[in-house]
Amino acid sequence: MAHRWKNDLTHADVTPKEAFLNRRQILAGTAGLGAIAAAGLAEAQEDLQPNSLEDITSYNNFYEFGTGKSDPAANAHKLEIEPWSVKVDGLVDNPGDYSSADLLDGLTVEERIYRFRCVEAWAMVVPWNGIELADILNKVGIQSEAKYVAFETVVQPENMIGVQRRVLDFPYVEGLRIDEAMHPLTIMATGIYGEPIAKQNGAPMRLVVPWKYGFKSIKSIVRISLTDYEPPTSWNKANAREYGFYSNVNPNVDHPRWSQSSHRVIGGGLFASREPTLMFNGYEAEVASLYDGMDLSEFY
Amino acid sequence: MDIVGTINTAARKVPTWTIYIVGAGWLVYLFYLAAFTRAFGPEPINALEREYGEIGLQLLVVGLLITPLRETFGISLIKFRRAIGVMTFFFILAHFLVFAILDVQSLERVWTEVVKRPYLTVGMISFVALIPLAITSNNYSVRKMGAIAWRRLHWLTYPAAILGALHYVWLAKGFQIEPLVYLAVLIGLVAYRYRPKNRSKNRAMSRA
Repeated sequence: MAHRWKNDLTHADVTPKEAFLNRRQILAGTAGLGAIAAAGLAEAQEDLQPNSLEDITSYNNFYEFGTGKSDPAANAHKLEIEPWSVKVDGLVDNPGDYSSADLLDGLTVEERIYRFRCVEAWAMVVPWNGIELADILNKVGIQSEAKYVAFETVVQPENMIGVQRRVLDFPYVEGLRIDEAMHPLTIMATGIYGEPIAKQNGAPMRLVVPWKYGFKSIKSIVRISLTDYEPPTSWNKANAREYGFYSNVNPNVDHPRWSQSSHRVIGGGLFASREPTLMFNGYEAEVASLYDGMDLSEFY
Repeated sequence: MDIVGTINTAARKVPTWTIYIVGAGWLVYLFYLAAFTRAFGPEPINALEREYGEIGLQLLVVGLLITPLRETFGISLIKFRRAIGVMTFFFILAHFLVFAILDVQSLERVWTEVVKRPYLTVGMISFVALIPLAITSNNYSVRKMGAIAWRRLHWLTYPAAILGALHYVWLAKGFQIEPLVYLAVLIGLVAYRYRPKNRSKNRAMSRA
């Protein structure tokens, strides 16, 4: 069911679009508090200020379209997203090739304003529109043996300069443990700021797992597989020492090449101060229990 | 028309101070773009840091090309070499200052990071190696030190160039071709200095 998590920000209700494009301060609302308490989830009292749509659509890592931050904005227009088909397979009751409409039909799209923390030590705040992944997985029917969910990004070599250059072993693949996938914070995003999600942000649908480094939130998904084994993930395959399967945001576990204790803030300009990085990217109350008893420096 | 002759004639007419003016103007202009425009995108700190570093590598390539250009094609740009070397130093200094002051924002953390992260250690060694070269890039130092000692000191350009490129390669995520091209070109330009001399003389003669 949708609406199992809600932050106190309901800016779309109170703020005209022109204002949030100006990155105006968004005021915290308290609507929906009761619903959250009923769902038994911690209320995240916070005052996040979303980045402008321009920030969000011009500073991206989408290596299929090049390794520079502005490359996806320049090259992703070539991505063909109509028609779009998602293959659902593995340990599911209703496998098959779903059109994006069929897969998402009847499910509730919500706005989620999340922190987004890249493994490269920069961060922004994105007002996503999306569907809880749990709703999609329940719709296709999870078999009891399923322990993990694997995802795959589309490959269109003729449209993707980064695929031609073999920057990574494409297709890009990612995965989550089933309890992570079913967590109410995990969404399949289809929009940003109430608009269909831009191609450089992973149109027509991409995962958003806000307590993990951004590369876990795989873009332009064409395949969802339920498995009983931990699926391979792209950056882990490229460099296992640097990128673990879990990749939870953790200020206490450094990337081998740089510190993760703080990050640069996108949109702050040349003289912006670094911000301290929060445990689980600020979602500790919601997700820490998923990792009870695990040594997070071992399972990074 | 003789292209080499044309270049050499043109080069004779251009005063060396133009390199300093253009170089310093370029450095300041990039800072202006990053600070006051969106030319570098929504996160200008890292973008400016990389831009200064990459120009530093490009200037290393240009500076190290001057000798092979003269020996191979007879193009004489030697009078610009000191100015190019000094500008190389200032771009890499700017690269370091953006890293330390605008990116890391704490001198204590700059130190711990440089010690802890090998790619930063390598970059820092490269930068430090350039400092005595910049300080001695004047006629007074050449006279004072004597040509042999001065040339021996300025041999540091070669390890500085290769370590600088290695720093860039080490920083890349995934398989990226550009840093590897810099490394290959700079290794090639340093290796050129150590090629077997006899063979190259023979080749020069057979070409002549």
